[in-house]
Amino acid sequence: MSEKTGVAFSETKEQAQKLIEVIEKHKNENGALIPVLHEAQEIYGYLPIEVQQKIAEGLGVTMAEIYGVVTFYTQFSVNPKGKYKIGVCLGTACYVKGSGNILDKIKEKLGIDVDECTPDGKFSIDATRCIGACGLAPVMTVNDDVYGRLVPEDIDGILEKYM
Amino acid sequence: MEMVNIKINGEAISVPGDYTILQAARQAGIDIPTLCYLKGVNEIGACRMCLVEVKGARGLVTACVYPVNEGMEVFTNTEKVRIARKTVLELTLSNHERKCLTCPRNQNCELQRLADELNVTDIAFEGEISKHEIDDMSPSIVRDNNKCILCRRCISTCKKIQTVGVIDAQGRGFATKIGCTFDKSLNDTDCVMCGQCIAACPVGALYEKDSTKAVWAALADETKHVVVQTAPAVRVALGEEFGMPIGTRVTGKMATALKKLGFDKVFDTDFAADLTIMEEGTELIGRIKEGGKFPMITSCSPGWVKFCEHNFPDLLDNLSTAKSPHEMYGAIIKSYYAEKEGIDPKDIFVVSVMPCTAKKFESQREELKGTGYPDVDAVLTTRELAKMIKEARLDFVKLPDSGFDNPFGEAATGAGVIFGATGGVMEAALRTVSEVLTGKSCDEIEYKAVRGIEGIKEATVTIGDLDVKVAVAHGLGNARALLEKVRSGEADYHFIEIMACPGGCVTGGGQPIQSAKVKAEIDLKAARAKAIYDEDRSLPIRKSHENPFIKMLYDEFLGEPCGHKSHKLLHTHYVKRDKY
Ligand code: SF4
Ligand code: SF4
Ligand code: SF4
Ligand code: FES
Ligand code: FES
Repeated sequence: MSEKTGVAFSETKEQAQKLIEVIEKHKNENGALIPVLHEAQEIYGYLPIEVQQKIAEGLGVTMAEIYGVVTFYTQFSVNPKGKYKIGVCLGTACYVKGSGNILDKIKEKLGIDVDECTPDGKFSIDATRCIGACGLAPVMTVNDDVYGRLVPEDIDGILEKYM
Repeated sequence: MEMVNIKINGEAISVPGDYTILQAARQAGIDIPTLCYLKGVNEIGACRMCLVEVKGARGLVTACVYPVNEGMEVFTNTEKVRIARKTVLELTLSNHERKCLTCPRNQNCELQRLADELNVTDIAFEGEISKHEIDDMSPSIVRDNNKCILCRRCISTCKKIQTVGVIDAQGRGFATKIGCTFDKSLNDTDCVMCGQCIAACPVGALYEKDSTKAVWAALADETKHVVVQTAPAVRVALGEEFGMPIGTRVTGKMATALKKLGFDKVFDTDFAADLTIMEEGTELIGRIKEGGKFPMITSCSPGWVKFCEHNFPDLLDNLSTAKSPHEMYGAIIKSYYAEKEGIDPKDIFVVSVMPCTAKKFESQREELKGTGYPDVDAVLTTRELAKMIKEARLDFVKLPDSGFDNPFGEAATGAGVIFGATGGVMEAALRTVSEVLTGKSCDEIEYKAVRGIEGIKEATVTIGDLDVKVAVAHGLGNARALLEKVRSGEADYHFIEIMACPGGCVTGGGQPIQSAKVKAEIDLKAARAKAIYDEDRSLPIRKSHENPFIKMLYDEFLGEPCGHKSHKLLHTHYVKRDKY
């Protein structure tokens, strides 16, 4: 939640203008909400409360309904992604090899939950499905870097590189 | 509508062509169990409780949304149907916190009743039960998702009927739950605390914030002088909690019960309703004579006031500044009455029994402290009063009648009583304003045009040589529609009455809860309103300004309506609130 992690919302004039256009474009369609949310997420990278408010206002739907849709579809996120996007694989192979413990360690270390972002905007955590590197299980990624055969003790050293 | 011929369980019937199977079955006196269906509000076919067999159809169909057609053959009681129904119910129960003994809806729960009626003896799918945090931050409404069965009746009520829409379904699959935007507490949203979602909920997932404990504690405290007042709508519904028929008037029994509970004085909010008419009526006359802001809009429904503050902040100057009746009464009790009886107002504890959950919120508003102390210390809903009566082991139905206490109680007027129904405040005001403006006594005092359950009512009333245009709206969806017209300049009323709840106070969010099935058969609004108008007709005085105790109060204490003292004690102001 943007409020909880406290990443302050900011937008450029271009972003604001684009959102207005998107709302204008879809306004009179049936089922405008989902396409507008998609395009808004493309503009901002995520769907913070401030953006949802503009959409609610523009389309005349309630905030509760928007939040319902945003939490129903996994592709929507209410939190920004960090400069470094951490992905922990929770696919079967990784999971049986203990990726759950890896994830817990990262959460503890950064003080945030899955789908959240640290207040300085640096790290965010995603729980992913199999990324096709099962031979290296358990696996995590930081942006494009892949780390395999992990034990919780490795985490400090890995995160250190990006601090 | 063209009629179609169908057969239900072999019985031939003829029904209008736009009926659903459920409506047709009900017409034929055949019962089909339902859970998510709430007539006119939530007809979405979500719970699958109402499955029936239709000859030729693939699989079972949901009767609450499936339309009838010519020659259709329906079976509601086959082995297949019974097994399917029970499976649906057991699945619902398997993810439900089954703690009936300590549940607010114990013995008045549609889920519990179905488990009994469908002979559930065992739940085959014992699985994981989702755990949710209870939201009890609001002064009025508690939400407990652990009891929620996701029927969505609350959502439809809040969104469609009230056009507030602060709750909705979120998440998916097993994690689905009802909540507010960004998981906020209801208290941090633009919820207006009307409690209509509570009245819609079939189970114990929504209920009022408890005040019984605070009231029992005050009653047990010997240093406190505990005064209770009851709103007009309470007396026409309280009996339902004790199995009495809908629309029974229990004014006398209620007064007796309150005395037995130990209240030091039992007053009638009707008196304060008369006082409201004096103040609000004078305000209206002032605006007519001196040219003030029009339309003037009533302010006695706190859910409506909060709605206005969030959604129509530009119309706040149109609201009457008169406090709602029970708040006025509280201020009078802690000033005039305290002085007269020689009691320090700090030792007086005022309890209001109200058909309303929003009044709990209202009583905590900072502006409502006319004497420096809160005008009202605790608000009980009609349901909470019933709980206290039961807890005290009173046999309510057998209680003898008694009257309210003096100094104010005995002179209830019909005008005060009709506040409980939609259009009542308007009618009461017209009874007084017309006589004050013309200086003549009118015999024709029943303003039928503003009565009834139509969502928006309009009338032009001729008072002397003045045409006064009035409108009445109940339910916030209707209020919104009416106010959009005012905002755009399309409508030019002088006076508007608005009640947050559809039907007005008689069907307020704090009233006894009736099941969806009962509500499909009986229009609660009309049945309870009838009792209100009967009470009006039974009273010797039916106009507020003729109440002798009102006259006395102005002579001895207040001076004149809208005078200096009134402004301090009986009037208030409003605040702009954010929409999000
Ligand atoms: S909601 Fe109904 S079934 Fe559930 S615990 Fe309460 S009374 Fe029992
Ligand atoms: S109390 Fe009224 S406004 Fe608040 S959630 Fe319930 S129905 Fe909606
Ligand atoms: S809170 Fe009550 S009315 Fe709302 S979805 Fe849950 S069970 Fe239904
Ligand atoms: S399961 Fe983790 S990479 Fe395949
Ligand atoms: S699906 Fe018909 S009552 Fe719920």
